Amino acid sequence: MSITYLEAIREAQAKALADDPRVYIYGQDVGAFGGAFKATKNLAKEFPGRVLDAPISEDAMVGSAIGAAIEGMRPIIEMQFADFSTIGFNQIVNQAASLFWRTNVTCPITIRLPGGGTSGGGPFHSQSLEAIYAHFPGLIVMTPATVEDAYSMLLEAVAIDDPVIFFEHKYLYYHLKAEKLPTEAMPTGKARIARAGRDMTIVAYSAMVHEALAVAEELATEGTEVEVVDLRSVKPLDTDTIMASVARTGRLLCVGESWPWGGVTAEVVARVSTEGFDLLDAPPQRLNAKDTPVPYHPNLWAAHRPTARSIAAAARNLLRL
Amino acid sequence: MVHTVVDRGTVGEASVFRDTYLKAYRGMVLARVLDDKLASLYRGGKIHGGVFLGRGQEALSVAVGLSLRKGDIFAPLIRDAAGRLAFGETVLDAVRTYMGSPLGPMRARDGNVHRGRPREGLFPMVSHLGAMISVVNGALLAHRFKGKAGTVGATCLGDGGTSTGAFHEALNQAAVERLPLILVIANNEYAYSTPTTSQFACENLVDRAIGYGVKGHSLEGNDLDACLKTLHTAVEQARSGQGPQLVVAKLLRLCGHGEHDDSNYVDPRFRTAPHGRDCLKVAEEHLLQQKWAEAKALETWRNEAIQKVEEAVAIVQREPTPDPYKENWCALSAKHLSEGYDEP
Repeated sequence: MSITYLEAIREAQAKALADDPRVYIYGQDVGAFGGAFKATKNLAKEFPGRVLDAPISEDAMVGSAIGAAIEGMRPIIEMQFADFSTIGFNQIVNQAASLFWRTNVTCPITIRLPGGGTSGGGPFHSQSLEAIYAHFPGLIVMTPATVEDAYSMLLEAVAIDDPVIFFEHKYLYYHLKAEKLPTEAMPTGKARIARAGRDMTIVAYSAMVHEALAVAEELATEGTEVEVVDLRSVKPLDTDTIMASVARTGRLLCVGESWPWGGVTAEVVARVSTEGFDLLDAPPQRLNAKDTPVPYHPNLWAAHRPTARSIAAAARNLLRL
Repeated sequence: MVHTVVDRGTVGEASVFRDTYLKAYRGMVLARVLDDKLASLYRGGKIHGGVFLGRGQEALSVAVGLSLRKGDIFAPLIRDAAGRLAFGETVLDAVRTYMGSPLGPMRARDGNVHRGRPREGLFPMVSHLGAMISVVNGALLAHRFKGKAGTVGATCLGDGGTSTGAFHEALNQAAVERLPLILVIANNEYAYSTPTTSQFACENLVDRAIGYGVKGHSLEGNDLDACLKTLHTAVEQARSGQGPQLVVAKLLRLCGHGEHDDSNYVDPRFRTAPHGRDCLKVAEEHLLQQKWAEAKALETWRNEAIQKVEEAVAIVQREPTPDPYKENWCALSAKHLSEGYDEP
């Protein structure tokens, strides 16, 4: 018996629906069809009237979730692809994110963003948009890298009274499996040491955690012990755990699948450089996708985003600095 | 599509209607007096940021507010002082928000027309036009989920707001879900300075109703009689399960976009056209003509409104200004998840 990352997301939604009558799911094709990726498979049947197909109207999907949240509901919005959330961007960053601060009325909505690259996805079905949402005050941005986190963090997202951007990685949907669903979880806001090591720290999140772990495995055969920090959420960002790891290793490489200008890796490097400069034995490094739209062809795509190979090269370079 | 026919009614209904008309008129006067005071405070440098008036739109706005009841949702726009007051907002809430009092509903974090009390059904607008429609839809969906029957939601927009994607998505969403939404469009000839000829190409905005599969109503927006009757009809139809209602009123904005705008772009011919008449004057003439009130009563009501507004301004002027050192600077309700937030 094993469960995939995608099934964990489906199970978390089933549990949220079962546990709390205020929860409903709204998104394109999420009803009888079960969603483009089947993340809501059979939920419309199991929870009649609570899993609603939406028109192709991301702005109105999010806007209506805000109104429903004001009136006491806890909606889960499924964006078919993270890329399409830009149509709902205004409602997310201006309306949902500012509501509590402006009115003292909470806005407990969860917006699921199936993001990240898969082979053949191309420019408009592959984006990693966590950084632009993290930029706006009033949002929590989760980036689960494991089956366990996909399950427990989604349940926590629904329970949190603030708007949560739940960035789930499409590449992990089928590739990642666990024996069973977790019964306990680390709280959101805490990063996880995915692998301990003393020679350098690789900070990663979402699918890049697994690339980083592969690099740690490879470098271990060469006698280098890499510590891998899985951020779990990029906002809040667990600076303490990152800093403690860098204090142990003296070297930092931060890896993200999104674009290089600004973003999560820049934020991590900025924080470590400004708050932990004396902990560093070498200039902090970061690795991102190339500064172009995400390419369609697998050959180009594999060279566009960081992979175990390019991360390993960056890591070896860092060890020489 | 339904074009509402004004029904003159029977004698008993006429008496009820007269009372509603008088109530609406007094609401319009209060809104006009409040707006005039805010404009005066703005010119005196007492208000930070802009001031946005509803001059010329009071009849339409008050009719929206009065047609709703407790438990309904109202998301007004920038020219809806009259509708807000009729729905239950206090003059004090308006003045506190405009003058940046921390005791106001927005606690000086937001100002002017961006105010409301969501828990009381009065949703605070964001500046992005059309964005409130789907929020009202969501509130109505929530009422459906919770089995709260018989409530409606109304929201207001201008002709310019109908050009947004948010407008299209939300009106279509309301139609698909058959929500009891009343979407009120004030076609006031200009979106800031842009004339309607650059805004839309259909003959009348109400013609869009059929395309969305919703009911449409059109009316003269400076005729209080028509406003009250049309909004009453539209709200009752929404309440009785007939789905979304698109109400399009033709009128003229009798002020600038904001008080910073002298509106010198307005075609002077509009000012002398029937729809350029001031709705307050039209209502006054109607009241006197019908002998529903005497000139002296009108003067008394106006003085009462002035006193009410002056009292509110006097209260707010004595209130403290916001203190940045007492501000918690935290955008999340889950404080423990807020970066840079130190528990006091």
